[in-house]
Amino acid sequence: MTAEHLDGNALAGPLGEIFAVDVTAAIGRCASCGLTGPVAALRVYGPEPGLVARCPGCEEVVLRLVRGPGTAWLDLRGTVSLRLNIPD
Amino acid sequence: MGIVSRGFRGRRREGGDELPPGQYLVEDFPVLSAGPTPRVPLDRWEFAIDTEDGQTHRWSWQEFMALPMQTPTVDIHCVTKWTKLGTTWEGVSLDVFFEDVESAAEYALVYSYGGYTTNLPLEELLDGKAWIVHSFDGEELEPRHGGPARLLVPHLYFWKSAKWVRGIRLLNEDSPGVWETAGYHNYGDPWREQRYEGD
Repeated sequence: MTAEHLDGNALAGPLGEIFAVDVTAAIGRCASCGLTGPVAALRVYGPEPGLVARCPGCEEVVLRLVRGPGTAWLDLRGTVSLRLNIPD
Repeated sequence: MGIVSRGFRGRRREGGDELPPGQYLVEDFPVLSAGPTPRVPLDRWEFAIDTEDGQTHRWSWQEFMALPMQTPTVDIHCVTKWTKLGTTWEGVSLDVFFEDVESAAEYALVYSYGGYTTNLPLEELLDGKAWIVHSFDGEELEPRHGGPARLLVPHLYFWKSAKWVRGIRLLNEDSPGVWETAGYHNYGDPWREQRYEGD
């Protein structure tokens, strides 16, 4: 990790405002290179003007989150899928 | 649509230090990044204007540096609410680049090394309102501030002033850029506080 970015654990609080489960523990697949790994392992830039989470393999954008007054915008175009463990 | 009185907008500075609404003053120069800082060697750098009918006009670094330079001193306003007054840059007016470009396009999509994009109406880039700059405060522009060259469009929020600029694509239809597709305002006038979609 460099001083330029944080790891994906930095997404836990902001995504916790939106999802009922801890998304940083989810396993995601990068839409650009296909690398699979936990959201916590993404490289996170920001938080302003928005959180930008990039693939540790190819550096393409996997997830973006912008928080405005009373509103959040979540962009998952760079994610093929998220695998989440949820209780039955 | 309601009647909008100009009296409810922030007033532009006329010798005073009035800021756009919601902004605060900084003396330093904050760095915001959405990815790794691109490093662009000058011998491989180029700036391009791509017209809507498929023509491309290109400038190498040497050709860029041979163009007539200006040194605009302007205030810059970041959507994250900081404003920096009286910043001095050196670069080339986009009017110079557009002298030989024939286009009827109304929209521009600015693209950068590293993949960043931002959109604006083409007229916001013309008539002395925008520059491609290579120096800040008398020093060559550092990579973290967008060097070797960035766009400077100071009358709009600073995310429109794309760092590491690589080119401008002219379009007949508007095409929202990186932040404009993630909740930020399509136009971004700081004096009308157009921060987010719907403002």
